Amino acid sequence: MSLRVYAIAYLIFLYAPIALLPIFAFNDARIIAFPLSGFTTDWFAALMTNTSLHTAVKNSLFIAVMTAILSTLLGICAARAGAMYRFPVKAGIMGFIMLPLVLPEIIVAVSLLVVVVQIFDMGLSHWTIIAAHVLICTPFCIAILNGAFQNLDPSMEEAAMDLGESRFSAFRLVTLPLVMPGIISSMLIAFTISLDEFIIAFFLSGVSPTMPVYIWGLMRFPAQLPVVMALGTILVALSILLLTIAELLRRRGMARAGVKDKGGFL
Amino acid sequence: MFKKLTSSEGGRGLLLISPPFFYALLLMAFPLGAIILFSFWTQNFMDVDTTFTLNNYRTIIEQPIYGALLQRSLFVSGTVTLVTVVLAFPIAYFVSFHVRSDRKALWLFLITIPFWTSYLIRVFLWKVILGYNGVINTGLLNIGLIDEPLTFILYNVNAVIITLAHAFAPFAILPIFVALEKIDRSLLEASQDLGENKVMTFFRVTLPLAMPGVVAAVLIVFIPTIGDYVTPELMGGAGGKLIANMIQTQFLALNNAPLGAALAVVAMLSVTAISLVFVLLNRRWLRGRS
Repeated sequence: MSLRVYAIAYLIFLYAPIALLPIFAFNDARIIAFPLSGFTTDWFAALMTNTSLHTAVKNSLFIAVMTAILSTLLGICAARAGAMYRFPVKAGIMGFIMLPLVLPEIIVAVSLLVVVVQIFDMGLSHWTIIAAHVLICTPFCIAILNGAFQNLDPSMEEAAMDLGESRFSAFRLVTLPLVMPGIISSMLIAFTISLDEFIIAFFLSGVSPTMPVYIWGLMRFPAQLPVVMALGTILVALSILLLTIAELLRRRGMARAGVKDKGGFL
Repeated sequence: MFKKLTSSEGGRGLLLISPPFFYALLLMAFPLGAIILFSFWTQNFMDVDTTFTLNNYRTIIEQPIYGALLQRSLFVSGTVTLVTVVLAFPIAYFVSFHVRSDRKALWLFLITIPFWTSYLIRVFLWKVILGYNGVINTGLLNIGLIDEPLTFILYNVNAVIITLAHAFAPFAILPIFVALEKIDRSLLEASQDLGENKVMTFFRVTLPLAMPGVVAAVLIVFIPTIGDYVTPELMGGAGGKLIANMIQTQFLALNNAPLGAALAVVAMLSVTAISLVFVLLNRRWLRGRS
């Protein structure tokens, strides 16, 4: 009983910052503090006319979509290899691929910056950010896809091959439909991580900033803060929507693979 | 060659794992090597001098500011880890042992949602909660518990610790939860049948079996927190800056990338060394018990 009280208090602690977001997004005052002064939708209207924000959002969407596709492709390779095959130094290789999960982001950022700018003498572009985001998203994709691949019965693909399908078409026709919910869920998670990532994007973005880098810039101007709150409210609503879809798909994928849901994608 | 690879199970596995493996090799291992190499070079405005030198490391040792920043960073990361894991354990325990099994996924979903929403804005909102005119101060003033706003909760190390502990909460809960889920419940019954009470059963059976999850939680919180410069920048004030802020400044503002690289290497080595000591001590503790 007391544990339940603690758990609810903990959830309140977790949600406290997000709960404040819409309150200040609709508050009719330039200063983000209590007491509240009145209701307004001006800050949302200001978002609509801000063209540099629109550019930043477009940049972020492009980066997040490419990251989602590429990291999920790499994740599929790793999850399938991990679930279906035994091969030399498997645990070592798998651990190595999962390592970016614990690597501090600033280390990823500065080491890629050194390689791109100082060693190869190339300019920074959206692709440098995509390259880094794929690195940090792949372990998350693998963790999600493992759930979909691990309990797949290999004999189903073998049966398809016995009936005359090639190895690839057996994968496409039998396994792929079964793991599809996991794949979409993995893409949504990678998309969400990339869309929100700031530490790496700040180091690696070229002339045109991503959305978090643009928000960071706005935060220096107190007058712009209510606009940031409005933008944040939209972002939070959007991520909750995407994550709910991802979670529902993940559960459906588990059900398709015939596994009891143990919950959580990590 | 290709035929040979695809004909055996091991070959097919290696072929399939090679894209993610080479990706990690090219974009993680190679850049990490490059940054170590780079830390032995020097930079003069835009020109990089590639003669091997220990000067960057000498600077780090000789100038007290770097040692102080590193010490403070390790202290903050350590405290954040302790606070996060200690607060997270009861939640993981509650979800694993007291929540109906068809509700567990929902609880985990609720716990992870705040983690996926804009990090920058979440950090900024802690400023709104802890600030001079913030939620806590106005709340406490209104109910008359304090006469003037508390100032020890913003723009210092405390604020950095609170914000980071919030940001890393799910990272600590999930591994502990997974470890707790794996515990065979009949072991707990056996312990109680053999005369241990509930508290002793927890300390002698549940906790040691949950230790792998706790260790994973400690590592997954402790190591990445050293690399965060957003929270100290926004919440830390003048006295709350950490080593990651210094690395960022060296790279982006001061144009002394080799010194920044050396600081990054030193920070990485410190957290890795501490983590290894922790893992070894934990192993010895678990072995000593069995």
